[in-house]
Amino acid sequence: MQALVLRQLTKIYKNGIKALQGIDLDVPQGDFFALLGPNGAGKTTAIGIVTSLVTKTSGTVEVFGHDLDRELEVAKSCIGVVPQEVNFNQFESVETIVVNQAGFYGIPRRLARQRAETYLKELQLWDRRHSTARSLSGGMKRRLMIARALMHKPELLILDEPTAGVDIEVRRSMWEFLRHLNAEGTTIILTTHYLEEAESLCRHVAIIDRGRIIERDSMANVLRKLQTETFVFNVRAALAAPPRIDGFPAKLGDDHTLEVEVAKGQSLNDIFAALSAQGIEVDSMRNKVNRLEELFIRLVDAGGRAEGAAK
Amino acid sequence: MSGTPSRTRTDWTGFSTILIRETGRIVRIWGQTILPPAVTSTLYFVIFGSLIGRRVGQVGGHGYMQFIAPGLIMMSVIQNSYGNVVSSFFGAKFGKHIEELLVSPLPNWLIVLGYVMGGVIRGFLVGTVVTIVSLFFTRLGVAHPFAIVAAAVLTSLVFALGGFINAMFAKNFDQISWFPTFVLTPLTYLGGVFYSITMLPTWAFRASHLNPILYMVSAFRYGFLNTSDVDLRLAFGIMIAAAAGMFALAVILMNRGAGIRD
Ligand SMILES: Nc1ncnc2c1ncn2[C@@H]1O[C@H](COP(=O)(O)OP(=O)(O)O)[C@@H](O)[C@H]1O
Ligand SMILES: [Mg+2]
Repeated sequence: MQALVLRQLTKIYKNGIKALQGIDLDVPQGDFFALLGPNGAGKTTAIGIVTSLVTKTSGTVEVFGHDLDRELEVAKSCIGVVPQEVNFNQFESVETIVVNQAGFYGIPRRLARQRAETYLKELQLWDRRHSTARSLSGGMKRRLMIARALMHKPELLILDEPTAGVDIEVRRSMWEFLRHLNAEGTTIILTTHYLEEAESLCRHVAIIDRGRIIERDSMANVLRKLQTETFVFNVRAALAAPPRIDGFPAKLGDDHTLEVEVAKGQSLNDIFAALSAQGIEVDSMRNKVNRLEELFIRLVDAGGRAEGAAK
Repeated sequence: MSGTPSRTRTDWTGFSTILIRETGRIVRIWGQTILPPAVTSTLYFVIFGSLIGRRVGQVGGHGYMQFIAPGLIMMSVIQNSYGNVVSSFFGAKFGKHIEELLVSPLPNWLIVLGYVMGGVIRGFLVGTVVTIVSLFFTRLGVAHPFAIVAAAVLTSLVFALGGFINAMFAKNFDQISWFPTFVLTPLTYLGGVFYSITMLPTWAFRASHLNPILYMVSAFRYGFLNTSDVDLRLAFGIMIAAAAGMFALAVILMNRGAGIRD
């Protein structure tokens, strides 16, 4: 069973911005999934469409097999969402906010009160239950939105940049909470522009950039791909087949170019040695930049800057 | 729609939660919702009723104070039903907490109805307060209780819906004060709250019949005083048609999501 299936999902905003350019995505039930991408990539737009806050231009969305166009109410009751920006009534009390949200999902009030106690305690907000939401700190507001999203026990929890602007300690405890929730069976999708966050939490990752999914794999595979660089060697004499270079996967570009994958820590000298030994003469060499790598550098830069700014 | 037997029940729970939330809001900010109409209506009764009314004499066979009391009650119902929904719904849009409802499985028509009934509740509460105030100044007999209730509920539905539609279109706070200032208040004042339209010159008498508020105030007053400036069947027909038409419009706007869904 897939928790979420997106097919050719497209969004063009009224101002003409193409926020999503036909994305396909499958998230299996029980997964802990990261939608990773830089600012403006289209993460919030995608989440918005799945949660009915944004109208799609075209494409389909299925939540646990329920098509949003045909079974909207059922699909909606399967989802809990923690938005990127605060969106509760700042003048209401913490408890009122979560109890009412349960009510909107049809949870009777008595049951809602019991659940409110459970979740507010788990998220360390119980002592503040009578405070108005506006008096909470940033981290508490975020936790309040998590509690609110869980009140109807959704099978799929979607968090849009849950730890942006939250200090390290709170971030760690939030991660712990989410891990636990996932272990209990809730499918979790989070968007982030911190690679570290995706890395430490998620099993699968889709990388989105400029409205397109450019990579969809297990976290481990993506990390491995990020750890390797491709070097392109121009060779003097035409090659019929790629030469064997121990420890380095190689393939031909055309008969005068050779592409070799190099993992971090491997030495280029070994390649030159192997090529000389086989009598292959190298004219020039360059580093082939792949899009994932390029994006990764941007992500790390942006993350670094954001962390820097927070200090 | 899902065919599950509990759909109606979950919808009812959601709807009643909106009512609880709206009532909670009215009570929480009672200094802005209940108190002001109590104060202004007292002033109206003192100034128009006691001081000026004494010199006006009888209107339509009733003391002036008795004549304006139903009008003032209705005026407060109109303003408060409208004001409650326009500010609550616009606030929800502005503060983004409308998203709490948009992500939930509650159908749009119930969201509309929830906010609108919140306005009706405020209209009822304020109407009751103003009625109590009026009893300090005059005696109010009840000639047709059904007409009183029906006119009050229908009028407050119509203006609560008006508030909802206004809030749907509004992009800033100016746009929610424009309608009450330039349309609602003039129409209310010209709708026979303070005078009987039979006192007007012919052209103004005719023109007044284009004012929907005239029918609402007259039908309500009929319930107390057993006299009316207008045809009652026409009056109730207009109110029912307006409420139904505006409800349909509000649901259509909500489905389109203009201004609330990108
Ligand atoms: N309401 C909107 N109207 C117009 N353009 C928007 C709107 N929301 C987002 N965009 C644009 O769509 C693109 C994707 O934005 P968004 O989904 O918020 O990205 P992300 O969440 O990955 O940072 C950006 O170029 C952004 O400026
Ligand atoms: Mg975003």
